[in-house]
Amino acid sequence: MLKRRTALILGTAVFAGLASAQQGAGNAEIHVLPVQGNVYMLVGAGGNIAVQTGKDGVLLVDTGLEQNADKVLETIRGLSKGTIRYIINTHVHPDHTGGNEKIAKAGRTIAGGNVVGAIGESAAEGAAVIAHENVMNRMSAPTGKQAPTPQGAWPTDTFFVKQKNMFFNGEGIEIIHEPDAHTDGDSMVFFRRSDVIVAGDIFTPGTYPIIDLQRGGNVQGIIAALNDIIRISIPADKQEGGTYVIPGHGRLCDQADVVVYRDMVTIVRDRVQDMLKRGMTLAQVKAAQPTLDYDPLYGSNTGFWTTDMFVEAVYKSLAEKK
Amino acid sequence: MKNVNCAPSIAALLLLTAGLLSIPAFAQRDPSGEWAPRFHEDQPERIPGPEIGDYLGIPINAAARLRADSWDASLLELPENQCRPHPSDYAWRGPANLRIWKDIDTATQETVAYHTHISWQAPERTIWMDGRPHPPDYAAHTWQGFSTGKWEGDMLTVTTDHLKEGWIRRNGIPRSEKAVVTEHIIRHENYLTVAVIINDPTYLTEPFIRTTDFTMDADQQIAPYPCEAVIEVQHAFGSVPHHLPQKNPFLTEFANRFKLPYQATRGGAETMYPEYMQKLKNMPVADAQAQK
Repeated sequence: MLKRRTALILGTAVFAGLASAQQGAGNAEIHVLPVQGNVYMLVGAGGNIAVQTGKDGVLLVDTGLEQNADKVLETIRGLSKGTIRYIINTHVHPDHTGGNEKIAKAGRTIAGGNVVGAIGESAAEGAAVIAHENVMNRMSAPTGKQAPTPQGAWPTDTFFVKQKNMFFNGEGIEIIHEPDAHTDGDSMVFFRRSDVIVAGDIFTPGTYPIIDLQRGGNVQGIIAALNDIIRISIPADKQEGGTYVIPGHGRLCDQADVVVYRDMVTIVRDRVQDMLKRGMTLAQVKAAQPTLDYDPLYGSNTGFWTTDMFVEAVYKSLAEKK
Repeated sequence: MKNVNCAPSIAALLLLTAGLLSIPAFAQRDPSGEWAPRFHEDQPERIPGPEIGDYLGIPINAAARLRADSWDASLLELPENQCRPHPSDYAWRGPANLRIWKDIDTATQETVAYHTHISWQAPERTIWMDGRPHPPDYAAHTWQGFSTGKWEGDMLTVTTDHLKEGWIRRNGIPRSEKAVVTEHIIRHENYLTVAVIINDPTYLTEPFIRTTDFTMDADQQIAPYPCEAVIEVQHAFGSVPHHLPQKNPFLTEFANRFKLPYQATRGGAETMYPEYMQKLKNMPVADAQAQK
């Protein structure tokens, strides 16, 4: 168990490291970008955060790093004085769930009637935290075991099906599970009226996709998820705007940007697949530089997620399927 | 008749002086108007379209070369690619009936912005002249990018960033979203020259410069350009047509057709300069496939 917990903590530190390196953890300045409709994008707290505001209150997608939670709350209060009702987590990593505990405590769940009657007023304490059940599984631990994250940060409402729908602030919201992509618990969130997709780390346009093999990630799932974004997004005139896409990290995007990224991941996947078919070893694949043409855009030789690690993750993703 | 009445001459002189004083410190030549493209310049590349594997004269690096080698024209059949307009740095090169107009602040009579509209895919672009800053890194990129302009003498100089990934030549040579483009828009009476300088640290080893010319055409009418993606060739959803490295059979066609050394067709900064002509003379022209 110690080994498992150590691995989880190490993984947590590594993924927090991405956000720290990219967006100045702790001392980060939070920037607000109005996207469209009811949705804003918050940049600088770790992973990107989406905030939906309206007459029903505030809904967040992801909460950034733990150390930035106060700043995130302050920023949200600048956008809306409404009660924080829901937090949806796109996946388990701490640069997206780190603020769960503090931010959830600042909100209240909509509860009443029989629910409150049976459980008491505490049923309404804190905002509801929604995530795929694999997020819960990875944040918690069986009874008697040490969980890697505090209970207050855990999802309060999980799902295990492909899609969970809800309606809040005057619009339908689709929470779409993308299996075995960045992790095994990824969800993207589609605000149907605002026409905004929050992709989480399925889509990180400034870097090669981060494939967390330890937590069930796989390049094939990444590609499937990117194709799902392309399938449900509709560009406005001349392939621009229309549906906007908030990535897990990096700038605001639309379908055309996702297409460029999907093409890149698919082409690299096909190249590595071809090399695997020809019996090349991982070392030979790396030496062949299957990402050469994309390295100036997405690659890195240093830091948390290097080109070498990406190629290895693609190779292992595909080798498992052989 | 010595007693000439000088009053009209003095008045005219005063008017002329007043007129001269009202001219701005820099002689701005307003590019507003209807402009028709002239395709005599780089016609083979612009109208029939470039040859596959022709990278001559472009300072590409190895990464750009592999992108282009992997490019498959079938990409253009995908619905998600059919309605893409040319990005602003390439749009001048296309079927580019061009309209330029400006916004004037009524109170100050200062030019706030120039706008361009180009016929193919009808992209509209704004060049801000009011000194506003460029957007932050996390803002969206667009096909036309974010442009600001300033007058340098009688030349309008435009700086553009926040571009979506585009193309330098329509055979797969990419221009990355990290590029910053400088344009000089120069009017000579009824002629307009646009010099585009692409600085792309991702895919170019040196800035790439090219000019495109237009003539004034007051009778020009630009038609609407609606675009609707249709399925003409069935591809499995999510498929991305491309050639695997070393597997593109078309790369040698250009060299063979024009009897050029294959290595020359691979482009790079060296191939931009006149000195390369001398080197070309000494390079063997053999079957390109054999040289590959």
